[in-house]
Amino acid sequence: MRHRTFFWFILPTATAMLLFIAFPLVSVLLQSVHAPHPAVLIKVETCTPLVGCTEETTIDQEATRELREAEPLGRFVGFDIFFDRGHLALKEIHEIVLNSDDWSNIFSRLANLPFYRAMGFTLTFTFLVTPFVIIIGFLVAMTVNALHARLKGVVIFFSLLPFVVTPLIGALVLFWMIDSRGILGNAVQWLAGDPSLSLKASTGLMWISLIVYGIWHAAPFAFIIFYAGLQTLPLDQIEAAKIDGASRWQQVRYVVIPHLMPLITFVALIQLMDNFRVFEPIVGFNASAHATSLSWFIFNDLGGETRQLSAASASSVLTIIGVSILLFPVLVRTWQDFQGKN
Amino acid sequence: MSGMIQRRPWSLKITLYLFAGLWLVISAFPFIWTVWGSFKVELDFFSISDWTFALSGERTKAEYGRPFTGAGYEGAWIDKQFWQNASNTFIICFFVVCTSLTIGTLGGYALSRSSHRYTFWLLVTALIFRAMPPITLVAGYMLPFFEWNIWGILPTTIIVLVAINQPFTLWMLHSFFQNIPKELDESAKVDGCTQFEAFRYVIIPAMWPGVITTGLFSFLLAYNDFAVTSMLLAEENRTMVPAIAAFLGTTYTEGNVMFAVAAVVSTTVPLFILVMFFQKQIVSGLTAGAVKG
Repeated sequence: MRHRTFFWFILPTATAMLLFIAFPLVSVLLQSVHAPHPAVLIKVETCTPLVGCTEETTIDQEATRELREAEPLGRFVGFDIFFDRGHLALKEIHEIVLNSDDWSNIFSRLANLPFYRAMGFTLTFTFLVTPFVIIIGFLVAMTVNALHARLKGVVIFFSLLPFVVTPLIGALVLFWMIDSRGILGNAVQWLAGDPSLSLKASTGLMWISLIVYGIWHAAPFAFIIFYAGLQTLPLDQIEAAKIDGASRWQQVRYVVIPHLMPLITFVALIQLMDNFRVFEPIVGFNASAHATSLSWFIFNDLGGETRQLSAASASSVLTIIGVSILLFPVLVRTWQDFQGKN
Repeated sequence: MSGMIQRRPWSLKITLYLFAGLWLVISAFPFIWTVWGSFKVELDFFSISDWTFALSGERTKAEYGRPFTGAGYEGAWIDKQFWQNASNTFIICFFVVCTSLTIGTLGGYALSRSSHRYTFWLLVTALIFRAMPPITLVAGYMLPFFEWNIWGILPTTIIVLVAINQPFTLWMLHSFFQNIPKELDESAKVDGCTQFEAFRYVIIPAMWPGVITTGLFSFLLAYNDFAVTSMLLAEENRTMVPAIAAFLGTTYTEGNVMFAVAAVVSTTVPLFILVMFFQKQIVSGLTAGAVKG
């Protein structure tokens, strides 16, 4: 295809991405090194007879509004916002490391810093949900593949539901069931023999429920991908393995899993990216007292009356850096694919 | 597949069927339970005294004289004007899908037919954009949108959702277009078509299944979005998902949880129908990127 033709074909989509993804990125970067203007203060001296003169400091509303309208970005503060208590908290970290004697103390104090709290849950969620999704997806794919042909369609239909349904809605549906008055919550209380057990009150239980939700939501995705992979299984290799006396388990271990390996990497990479942005279940489970994620952290700063754009921008930049680190292997793989193709 | 269906010992067979059954329950039961419960009163849906009330609807009977009631739906759709949110959602989805597909097919086609080095860099940029959580961009939209006075309205959100969907759409269409032989364009061009005419009259008709699949995923992305729509839409323009989130705040305190339950079920129904009719396309869309890569 000639350069000119290519240009006209790609122009609409490239413009859309440039205007609404690339420019906002620049805007986020700029915003993250600017802080809102502080209120303009004026000193007013009021003198009353007999009492004497007092000097009062008040906010000059007019001047503050004018300044903020003239420079909506705010004033340039460099990387101050990145290092403040709400983000990387360098000063606090320094102090914690100096004054804590053991690791558990350091961790518990780190967990009080909002950014590290969000980071801690996001990473735990990402690295626990991803392997479980792969394992469960694989088991379900193997099972469904062995079912009677008529049953397969039904199972695939219902399996798609947790994945296709809006994440917030899926989270709510589960949350209402594990509420202490819901059917699962009731069952758990009965099993544990503790009628006061409630997941809203316990950080540990809340983390477990969020992770269970994550697995429930994403396992169908892994299942569908692996199931498609199983349809192209090299039957001659299975035959050969059987003739060599391989047991059922050995056939899976040495033929099926190696055959699915590229798909397993694919699912792992997609899942790492998607789980890193975990957000809706925290809203749905109303879990922010026990668990926050990076996305939730940004959302929280953006919402409400105050709209702390600078703080949200700094968190966004840090989140994007995190994603880039996770994404690096995918980029290398894409590059290798491209090299191989040409 | 006959190789896999070998003589299995009956113990393995039973385990397989048990596991499949368990999986079916795990994936379907929560939805069935919620749909059933949405026709009850709150004291049955959340029953403290006896969980079987949720099945039989004792309290619902006591209140309305029959075990089912549409009170939650009435409250959500009429009192809380959920129909307004539903219509907003469908306006947004319709325009997002149409625009995404129009500009996405053009771009995806160009990317699949050109082998210059810049196509690789465009695809990688799209991949990076796809990986970024959309919420990280929202802070960048706020200030310009406020300044230009375009915050809170549907058209702005539609354009933003189209742009956010583009990376994914491009990748998916790119891989579908690559399955269509290049000889098809070549022969059309030999017959005197321009590149655009070849695209419009030869390639697109051959691409319909791929276009429909990609459209489904664009629809899902727009329909399911919470982070962007809840930040970019003013209260009166809210779509269904942010409206449900807003229900959680106000109705919980007013004791109208069933409104939220009814709204959740109402929002799930279109998705349920979608999966029913387009199961094949969804499966092929999910596997399009994976099996080839």
